[in-house]
Amino acid sequence: MGRVSVAPVEIERPESSEAPYAVAEPDVPWVTLVHNDPINLMSYVTYVFQAYFGYSKDKAHKLMLDVHHKGRATVSSGSREEMERDVQAMHGYGLWATLSQDR
Amino acid sequence: MAGHFEPLSGGGAAAALDEVEVSILRSLTVQLLELIGPGDAAGTDGADPLARLFAEGPSEPPSDPALARLFPDAYGDPDAAQDPQERAYAAEFRRYTENDLRDRKREDALAVVRSLDALVMAGDPGDGVAVLRLTPEDCRRWLGTLNDLRLTIGARLEITHEDDGEALLRLPDDDPRKPMVMAHLWLGGLQETLVDALMG
Repeated sequence: MGRVSVAPVEIERPESSEAPYAVAEPDVPWVTLVHNDPINLMSYVTYVFQAYFGYSKDKAHKLMLDVHHKGRATVSSGSREEMERDVQAMHGYGLWATLSQDR
Repeated sequence: MAGHFEPLSGGGAAAALDEVEVSILRSLTVQLLELIGPGDAAGTDGADPLARLFAEGPSEPPSDPALARLFPDAYGDPDAAQDPQERAYAAEFRRYTENDLRDRKREDALAVVRSLDALVMAGDPGDGVAVLRLTPEDCRRWLGTLNDLRLTIGARLEITHEDDGEALLRLPDDDPRKPMVMAHLWLGGLQETLVDALMG
């Protein structure tokens, strides 16, 4: 099966432009972390997770509790660009967020 | 019923505020605007939108603790020292995002000041009450500014652990921090009820 499909796959490869232009950086996803702080209201943090990420009330509440009890929670994952967008949005809401590579 | 928001049937929220509350809110918000700084600080030719588009923000975190909390580093564990890579990434992120973030916070705060200035007081001068009515979009801006105000006051009161808040509650009445603690609590009540009003 592999041999039969080799030619068509190679011809179509330029369509998925990811691989040829990938930077040296290994293809490991990035994550957005929200950190606990003593000021932000628990209800507000839950509201932000629902309003920005579109998470259900249950999921948003659980993530908020993780932030509160464990000191941080991973709230999203994806490319570095996507995570920078999420972190910027979290800072806009006044939440303390960072991004890092999910090793 | 002063000091808390209630949901409006068509969306949005409303709160009754007396003159003193309006004046405290306005004064705190204007101080927040002064802290965030003027909008054209980034570009020397503030009127030129193109110049502004290409104006780079700062690379270093603000030295003021309140501003540092409003504009935190995007890379690095807050509980550990940044490595050189994280520091470089954080500096680059800040250069390209901090001006936009300051714009957003400034616009939210300006919207709060405008809605306060539009209030018409009923009752005797000095003892008036007004009902603040916010659209859903206003609510979003108010939530942002109420949060920024609380973060700023929290930084000024040096609240860094959850226990610090409890200790501040027990301050004697003659402590110079007492008025700020009361304002912080009151803003928390406004924000909490505004969140409740929006979440239904």
